[in-house]
Amino acid sequence: MGELDFDVIARTWPYLLGGLQYTLQLTVVAAIGGTIFGTLLAMARLSHFKPLAMFASGYVNLMRSIPLLLVIFWFYFLVPVVLQAITGSERPIQLGADRSAYITFIMFEAAYFCEIMRAGIQSISKGQVNAAYALGLTYRQSMQLVILPQAFRNMLPILLTQTIVLFQDVSLVSLLNVTDFVGASVKIAQRDSRVVEMYLFVAIIYFALCFTLSTLVKHLQKRIAIIR
Amino acid sequence: MNLGIFFEEVPDGDGTWIDLLLSGLGWTLSTAALAWILAFVLGSIVGVARTTDKTWMVRIGNAYVELFRNIPLIVQFFVWYFVIPGLIPAVKVWVTTLDPTQHQFVTAVVCLGFFTSSRIAEQVRSGIQSLSRGQRNAGYALGLTQLQTYRYVLLPMAYRIIIPPLTSEVMNLIKNTAVAYSIGLVELFFRTREMGEMTFRYFEAFAAATLIYVVIAMTANRVMAFIERRVAVPGYIAGGK
Repeated sequence: MGELDFDVIARTWPYLLGGLQYTLQLTVVAAIGGTIFGTLLAMARLSHFKPLAMFASGYVNLMRSIPLLLVIFWFYFLVPVVLQAITGSERPIQLGADRSAYITFIMFEAAYFCEIMRAGIQSISKGQVNAAYALGLTYRQSMQLVILPQAFRNMLPILLTQTIVLFQDVSLVSLLNVTDFVGASVKIAQRDSRVVEMYLFVAIIYFALCFTLSTLVKHLQKRIAIIR
Repeated sequence: MNLGIFFEEVPDGDGTWIDLLLSGLGWTLSTAALAWILAFVLGSIVGVARTTDKTWMVRIGNAYVELFRNIPLIVQFFVWYFVIPGLIPAVKVWVTTLDPTQHQFVTAVVCLGFFTSSRIAEQVRSGIQSLSRGQRNAGYALGLTQLQTYRYVLLPMAYRIIIPPLTSEVMNLIKNTAVAYSIGLVELFFRTREMGEMTFRYFEAFAAATLIYVVIAMTANRVMAFIERRVAVPGYIAGGK
């Protein structure tokens, strides 16, 4: 082991930044997509129509009991086949690991966001639901105008905390050779044999980002808490 | 889908593909078991430190938890595997005496142990803080020292209260073991990929791994539910009749 050379970071900074940008993009898209699908799943789980509720809870339980890494590889192989079936093309449609990761993380996070939203919906008192129906609102209206806005507000800190976890989990796509932040650093570390400096740097950046974000979430939590 | 593949011999190896997957499962479970012991001990110490009245202990405990919570697991694996031996010569010397499999196994246990301990510390802290102040005061009033109060009064209660969240930590730990694939540990996920790549039967290999993980999750759930019922405190949440 020679002297440490942190200059390698300055030299490769644009490349690393490109990786970080991909990581952030994937996080934001997956968080938004996951929240939308997660909310739909939560409504399905709470539905009175039994087959729908069973399908939703089966999906959520399956996603939550297998490792994310396995889910990432599953989707990497299944997405081209499924797209082929949908579009009726002659051979599997290769999206590439970086693009199929968007679908993977939306579908995976939906399972986790579903559980948060389910708790959020169930935290709304029964009186609110009854009041909405008493006013003559339909199921759709009462969800949209009465229940979901409150559920979102109550669960916002938890949704954001889950998004920080997601931001960290995205790093696993580097094992599919995708150039996210970790993937970029792995490639440079191997090319320039600067393993120690690169991984230390990546750890520090992640810590700084996640610690700042979680501190912000804590403040937000205090500010928006409804005093009951 | 052809299930016969599982009973075909692995080229240049002894045994069939199913044997290979099961040996991977063995590595997954033994890594998780040892990491759990480490995590439980460390997590309990840090969790307790965060509930004492010594400000410096609380600060160190908080810093510990934040450190391990805010860095992605895969990066932590790289730090333990590459950075620590690279920075500390003594570790480097020791590591070179190990064969690669041992090095990967030790790294995985230590890394997952520390990572999980920060989560357990959080649970232990909230468990202790959920107890009424009277319990601690009663301990002191009986003339117990702080150490004794924790040992005989607070911890026996706190552990039983936090069994449900600890259950999900056990399952998270088993799932997280798959990340050890990144440093080359031959655990279940590693073997699954190996089977996929060598036979091109990705579907069968992944389906088998999925099934195994689901069975583990269900078993862990049952075992912890059993323990929960056995040690339930009467009058607390799900405890007693």
